[in-house]
Amino acid sequence: MKILVTVKRVIDPYARIRVNTDQSEIETRNVKMAMNPFDEIALEAALRLRESQIAQEVIVLTIGPEVCQETLRHGLALGADRAILVRSDDAHCSFNRAKILQKTILQENPDLVLMGKQAIDDDNNQTPQMLAGLLNWPQITFASQLEISGRELTVTREIDQGLELLQTTLPAVVSVDLRLNQPRYASLPNIMKAKQKPLQIIELDSLGLNLQTHIKMVKIKNPSRRPGGMMVESVTALLDKLQYEAKVLP
Amino acid sequence: MTILLVAEHDHQHLDATFAHLLGAVQSLGQELVVLVAGHHCAAVAAEAAAYQSVGTVWLVEAPAFEHPLAEQLSPVLAQLAHDCEYLVMAATTLGKNILPRTAALLGVSQVSDVTAIVSPDTFEHPIYAGNAVETVQILDKQKILSIRATAFAAATGQQASCPVEKPAVQIPDCPTRFVRRELSQSVRPDLTNAKIIVSGGRGLQSKEQFKLVEDLADKLGAALGASRAAVDAGFISNDHQVGQTGKIVAPKLYFAIGISGAIQHVAGIKDAQIIVAINKDENAPIFQIANYGLVGDLFEVVPKLVLELQQRGLCKC
Repeated sequence: MKILVTVKRVIDPYARIRVNTDQSEIETRNVKMAMNPFDEIALEAALRLRESQIAQEVIVLTIGPEVCQETLRHGLALGADRAILVRSDDAHCSFNRAKILQKTILQENPDLVLMGKQAIDDDNNQTPQMLAGLLNWPQITFASQLEISGRELTVTREIDQGLELLQTTLPAVVSVDLRLNQPRYASLPNIMKAKQKPLQIIELDSLGLNLQTHIKMVKIKNPSRRPGGMMVESVTALLDKLQYEAKVLP
Repeated sequence: MTILLVAEHDHQHLDATFAHLLGAVQSLGQELVVLVAGHHCAAVAAEAAAYQSVGTVWLVEAPAFEHPLAEQLSPVLAQLAHDCEYLVMAATTLGKNILPRTAALLGVSQVSDVTAIVSPDTFEHPIYAGNAVETVQILDKQKILSIRATAFAAATGQQASCPVEKPAVQIPDCPTRFVRRELSQSVRPDLTNAKIIVSGGRGLQSKEQFKLVEDLADKLGAALGASRAAVDAGFISNDHQVGQTGKIVAPKLYFAIGISGAIQHVAGIKDAQIIVAINKDENAPIFQIANYGLVGDLFEVVPKLVLELQQRGLCKC
């Protein structure tokens, strides 16, 4: 079985987010970048399936400029067998990303596509579902448990009301949630080894896609801040405030 | 041109998000069609038909929609939304699952988690876990929106019921099947529409000690929430998680107990009317957004709070 994991280069989740002065973008100069944490969980799931001999090959794929090779090398250091960069300097909306992925997936023919449920930059939570729709494959989103037996896939997914158990057959697209696993760290020897692993570059133009602009960014601003509150000294003072000032207790 | 609004429900009643979505789309000023897709759910259609501004209700009943799968509901939505200018759903796990697949089938993009409608084609939504707000313009003729219900006031007006129609749809076969749901059993109110929420964080230190906030929640008749740190530490199940990757809430009163105030948690509570923070670290970021902050050891403060609530006759039980 062949598993394809999509990864995205994003601002490190622990870095501070700053809107630039002309409100046109989030500042990325001198900001630490990392693999989207949800994608690391997807990759970890794929690696465990290979380690338990359910899968034979794990491929990491990203769409983006040259510098995204770093993210792919990180994926290779974590244990992926090979990497694909679909090279493009333009920013793409989720729908265009899904179209690019669809095209490459039809060339690679993986049995399973594992993806983070959302990227922590745009928080869109769209690409896996769009890709599954374009491929007309089964989709299971927000997976917190995953088992494969033959061509049968059994997944527990997180929903607002609790958990839902679904079964489907491969090929399928699965998006993963936080609690699926705890991703590993890359060891130094594996970081060294990753430099020798194959990394294929596909020029976006060579895919022959006709991508249109669907969404235009107008501006980015800081969120409105709640006015700072007051400190109270005791439980009695707190309840007085809630009861008589804010009037939120009956 | 019309708006197609997909109502969320449990086959008996409309979800609380519905009235908020109605409130949200009001400014678009177009003919409004509400879709109720489910199994034996005519009562829900009747309930929706009585809301002011709803022009038509489409009722689609099928056994497949008892637990709708994206592989079946998305193609049906794509058929029904064919001539609609807007397709909207709440940004719940159902909307998040169904809507992007539908957008792809319609060949257009989507804006997720809309928190403000700036103009008929321009929308605001949070990015970077609420650290920034992006304004985007949709260039597609069809606009697919998932809406953050708590960001909009609920519509309340009633009307003499509008027509309920049953459009013909094709439900495709699919290899995916629903096995079961494990609903979190709770006698407490639901987080997304609770008036009061009591949330605990890592400061509670253990699953046993988390009972302290559960007790306070029960005394107040409140919903029970938790920070991601508390969920990841195993103090409580994930369906209680409040924050950008959990539930977005907007109660009248929110208690953050032993919660430091990580940005991803704050992003989920900033629409609360009053936030109370109890934390022993006076520098915890939660105090910057709390209306009332109390620095102290929660293991002393919370029992005192419960006692004094009882003395004041403010307890539900």
